[in-house]
Amino acid sequence: MATELVFENKPRAVMALIDSWVMIKRSSTHIIRNTDQLLGAFFQPIMFLVLFAAVFGGAIGQALPHGVTYLNFLMAGIIVQTVAFGSTTTAIAVTNDLQKGIVDRFRSLPMNNLAVLNGHVVSDLLRNTISTLVMLITGLAIGFRSHASFTHWLLIAGILLLFTFAFSWLAAIVGVIAKSVEAVQWLSFVLIFPLTFASSAFVPAESMPHYLRTFAVNQPITQVVDAVRSLMLNVPVGNHVWVSILWSLGILVVSTPLAAFLFKRRSAN
Amino acid sequence: MTNQDYVIEVSGLTKSYGTNHVLTGIDLKVEKGTMLALLGPNGAGKTTTVRILSTLLHYDGGTVTVAGHDVASKADEVRKVIGLTGQSAAVDELLTGRENLIMMGRLYRLTKASATARAKELLEQFGLEKAADRPAKTYSGGMRRRLDLAVSLIATPPIIFLDEPTTGLDPRSRLAMWEIIKKLMADGTTILLTTQYLEEADQLADQIVVIDGGKVIAEGTAAELKGQVGKDRLVLAFKDDEARTAAKKILGKVVVDGDPKTFTLSLTIDDINTDVKNVLDKLSEAKITVMSMDVHKPTLDDVFLSLTGKQKATKMEEK
Repeated sequence: MATELVFENKPRAVMALIDSWVMIKRSSTHIIRNTDQLLGAFFQPIMFLVLFAAVFGGAIGQALPHGVTYLNFLMAGIIVQTVAFGSTTTAIAVTNDLQKGIVDRFRSLPMNNLAVLNGHVVSDLLRNTISTLVMLITGLAIGFRSHASFTHWLLIAGILLLFTFAFSWLAAIVGVIAKSVEAVQWLSFVLIFPLTFASSAFVPAESMPHYLRTFAVNQPITQVVDAVRSLMLNVPVGNHVWVSILWSLGILVVSTPLAAFLFKRRSAN
Repeated sequence: MTNQDYVIEVSGLTKSYGTNHVLTGIDLKVEKGTMLALLGPNGAGKTTTVRILSTLLHYDGGTVTVAGHDVASKADEVRKVIGLTGQSAAVDELLTGRENLIMMGRLYRLTKASATARAKELLEQFGLEKAADRPAKTYSGGMRRRLDLAVSLIATPPIIFLDEPTTGLDPRSRLAMWEIIKKLMADGTTILLTTQYLEEADQLADQIVVIDGGKVIAEGTAAELKGQVGKDRLVLAFKDDEARTAAKKILGKVVVDGDPKTFTLSLTIDDINTDVKNVLDKLSEAKITVMSMDVHKPTLDDVFLSLTGKQKATKMEEK
């Protein structure tokens, strides 16, 4: 009656990779099918970019070094800010999975369970790449100009992808800890809002009061923004590139095993 | 000690959350190719038991083996031979029915071609071909349950856990689900079903284990359980109270109950053939006309209420 079933017969590590690939496809399909979220990924960055440039451009522009327009200054900041806020999507996806019982089903299968997290985190890279491209095109349309070389653009892409990846793993932790989607939203807000606004994303960190400046200058978002911005504007990058890469790697080294540990513990109860 | 004929063996299983003792000693044995129904009210520990058996939950004490593998130390082996469906599992709502099936098939380690072919076959079997390429969130409750069950069958596991598969379904969807489950049983699948519907256990299961308050309070076949509660009853209706009173005198002790208003008498019988004949013979001799008669067999509802009632009564005594 039933058709003959054929099972894969590959080493464990290869099977784990296939599991992750299956889950990446699943999470990516979610991004495409979830129309509200997809619209958000398109229009929110456009809105932020246009509004910030128009509202703050006049006032902040005067404080910028000679010859730097606010739009050119803002571009790196708004991209990193979008990535940071966008990571909430990963957190929500993880919480949803844990709540709706589908994680139970995955755990009853002979699969590598961490593939669930891999799927959400990697597909987040895809969504952020779309958002970033939308912002760059919008920026170009309203007057953003870059003097970066092709190699610089490759470096920018690398820094941003690494940072997105690291931040998504942090978000995965939030998703595992939070008991509800509402909790994810306020938790992310409380964590991400200060990180993005007390940074060099929208204004030069030097303009901030002393106590805030020490934090702003040294925190990872500022490092990533400064690295990307310097490369885009083709000005000396200092050590921002290395420090930002180290930050992202550091976050990854801590957050990946922690997320995995918390996920296993949470889903076993 | 392990008997090869038993695919699922549980003994002395306990599980607590702090001071909340969810399971206080469960023993189960399920023979290969049969269905065992775990029957109990809400909060009895049914889902906890299924979650432990399907490797989702750690347990505190006792031994649990599925297909000869210890669920605690050989979870991976167990996962290869089980399918889980019901309230503690789910489908992906944004994926279509077909995508859900193929995805789960791949995660069961089926090759892509094999998963795709099997998905097609299951969609046909479960009457989901038309909805196959629609996201699962557009499915009705019954369709979703069918997809849920189909997903757990994608790699034709020999052991299936059905956790309240028909809870919340309308009667028609429930019957459709029963038909599917009966077919599975005919194919030789070993099934552990949890339910709070006695009728469901009665209709489907070979063996029934009644649990309440985290322990087994009765077990046996449906017929054996009913036998524990009481014998069959014969209900006789007469044309007036005069006839009823006369009949009561003649029949004597076997009359256990009756209602003067409806002119009925109810008596216990051991054997339908001989006892009913005797009763009717006696009444015919006395020229008493019986208007109607009805043999009432104890239902599992009777069993359930009497068992869980007793349980509550002993609990009260203990306190």
